[in-house]
Amino acid sequence: MAEAARLRLALSDDEPFLGHKACAGCGGSLAVRLALKVLGERTFVVLPAGCMSAVGFLYPQLAFGCNAIISTFAGTASMMSGIAAAARALKLRDYHVAGFAGDGGTADIGLQALSGAIDRHENFIYICYDNEAYMNTGVQKSGLTPFGARTTTSPVGPHAAGARSRKKDIFEIVAAHGIDYAATASVAHAHDYIRKVERARTTVGTSFLHVLAPCPTGWGIETSETLEVARGAVDCGLWILAEYEASHYRINKTPRRFKPVADHLATQKRFAHLGKADVAAIEKERDSRWARLRRLAGER
Amino acid sequence: MSVEATARQPQPLFVSGNEAVAWGARLARPHVIAAYPITPQTVVIERLAEWVAERKLDTEFLHVESEHSALSACMGASALGARTFTATSSQGLLYMAECLQYASGGRFPIVMMNANRALALPWNIYGDQQDSLAVLSSGWIQIYIEDAQEALDMTIQGFAIAEHAEVLTPVMLNLDGFVLTHTYEPVDVPAQVDVDAFLPPFRTPSKMSLEAPTSMGFTAGPAHYTEFKVQQHRAILRAARVASEVDQEFGRRFGRSYGGAVVPYHCEGADVVLVALGSVAGIVRETVDTLRARGVAAGMLKLRFLRPFPEREIVQALSTARSVGVLEKDVSFGHQGAVFSEVSSALGGSPNRPALLNFVAGLGGRDISRNDVEQMFDQLQSATVQPLNERVRFVGVDAWKAGELCSPRTIAGGVGEAERGGASVASGFGGKGAGPEVPEGGSEGDGVAGGVPKGGANPLSVPISEENGNG
Repeated sequence: MAEAARLRLALSDDEPFLGHKACAGCGGSLAVRLALKVLGERTFVVLPAGCMSAVGFLYPQLAFGCNAIISTFAGTASMMSGIAAAARALKLRDYHVAGFAGDGGTADIGLQALSGAIDRHENFIYICYDNEAYMNTGVQKSGLTPFGARTTTSPVGPHAAGARSRKKDIFEIVAAHGIDYAATASVAHAHDYIRKVERARTTVGTSFLHVLAPCPTGWGIETSETLEVARGAVDCGLWILAEYEASHYRINKTPRRFKPVADHLATQKRFAHLGKADVAAIEKERDSRWARLRRLAGER
Repeated sequence: MSVEATARQPQPLFVSGNEAVAWGARLARPHVIAAYPITPQTVVIERLAEWVAERKLDTEFLHVESEHSALSACMGASALGARTFTATSSQGLLYMAECLQYASGGRFPIVMMNANRALALPWNIYGDQQDSLAVLSSGWIQIYIEDAQEALDMTIQGFAIAEHAEVLTPVMLNLDGFVLTHTYEPVDVPAQVDVDAFLPPFRTPSKMSLEAPTSMGFTAGPAHYTEFKVQQHRAILRAARVASEVDQEFGRRFGRSYGGAVVPYHCEGADVVLVALGSVAGIVRETVDTLRARGVAAGMLKLRFLRPFPEREIVQALSTARSVGVLEKDVSFGHQGAVFSEVSSALGGSPNRPALLNFVAGLGGRDISRNDVEQMFDQLQSATVQPLNERVRFVGVDAWKAGELCSPRTIAGGVGEAERGGASVASGFGGKGAGPEVPEGGSEGDGVAGGVPKGGANPLSVPISEENGNG
């Protein structure tokens, strides 16, 4: 299993997502590339307006080796629903329908369509690559921007100190629908991510993966630090690797001791302005989220 | 439905306009139907849902969460080469506005019924044409339907036009809300076997397929975008010829055809012609008959297609008219009715330059009476001999109410003071206390359009008082 996963990580000659113009160190494009290596070329890919469609879909330079289409910003899940319905009606065999939307396209403008699709148990795999702001348009705050983060619309100044709302818990929102399969993942934990894409691939019904995908430009990190920072989020407990299936939650990785949140935040310029009180608030929120998820997962 | 069409024989049924559309959609055998309810379209999707439940219709019926999703889902299905149908109205049509352009730009041959209904604010569920005319430039073929039989037949023809290899453009079928959607008429329902022969399954090489993976709906920068738009423009222009061929073929097979993008009625040699679209054509036609019996050279030009726009046909049909009126349930605020703009523009290049009047009527479901139409023709006759002051005339306006809501000063002077040199607003006729269409001199009013809300208040903000019972 580990060997197979390792093979999948290597760049091959038949990458289904190659030749795109994503920035160096882009976490989102890595999430797309790895998932498509698992799903294969018999996949219908839907991407809304956003980073991945902007970097992979500029005529005549098209980077997808499988069927792919840009949807409206709000319409990822609804267009996927139409594709899934047509595939049923046309009696296609051996295929997948996968969507890749960012955090804004998922938790803000695309939430209505996603909710409806989960409600219908549409047979597709929805992958939210979460870089925690509207990065394609130049780092504006989204519903998944974490507390405290500086963006161009949640700036820092005498009367402002970055985003003041907590990050929406899209994983729990989705799970509350009674979805067939949901998981969180991180591009830094590639084997775990690939296993979850595999699980989604064999799930009958709707699967949702929420993948942390750092954006060097928006986060203020070096392009070589993407995986390190993503791993740091898991190690300090701000990003929880978990799954939801058949009404049950499961936590995949519980650090024995959380690494200091302050150290993790310090790796990113977007948090450079935060003081001790802000860090304490973030830790408190982290702890309550862990407590809630552990309760949901039946842990003590 | 108490009576069902058999697979073999056509059957007469007594159905509403909505049900006729549902029958048309059923007979077209769409692979995917996306449904979101809105008055007065609901019966269309209810009937289709019933037929799916009764296994009389084999389709993927999606209960979507919004009109935006309805059209988005149709596009996804169409991208796989599936035949798709949806229906909407009014606020729903505008909620999917983004998807309208998306569908036409993506060349997805979706057929959609729109129950023409007024737009909020004020809220109003009744019929007018402001919804579809607001999206006239969205790249869809727009067809306006007069009766239930045409509704059924054009739903079937709509797929043949939309899916034609030279067209690949979505079709919007417009039915007047309630007046047509909810009126019951006898309708011949064609046999399934005959519709199958007329409308074979949709086949296109332009789709996502597992055998030949494709990128669709991509981005095109300044170097390529224009060429895609030129292709789109040419395709919808080609739809004019294709629609005519489809109609003739339909006529050969089913004994009914509808005569192209425009249908002239006594236009040849007519002095005064009223241009109309949708279900109001019936009463205009009757009025033309009445006037002709009195010796008036009256005619009607019914517009069936607004996109592609039948400019040549309009110019030809109106080549002898001395005055032309356009009757529409719409106004583009700050200018004139959208259809009037289109017809005026067409006549701009015509050697014949008739006097032009725009009759804005039927807004928010207000009745258009026979008397109203007769008076429109009276005004068109006057227009042939005297210069026009106001080209845009609201029909049946209650001058007191309009003044109260918009400009108290115009009540004394009479609504409709002329604003020479530009579009103005006149009261028309039929309204309580309305002045004549050409107001007396000495008015100090500046027309409804130039009015100021009384006391600066929002006319849609109604204070709670004893008078309105909420005190």
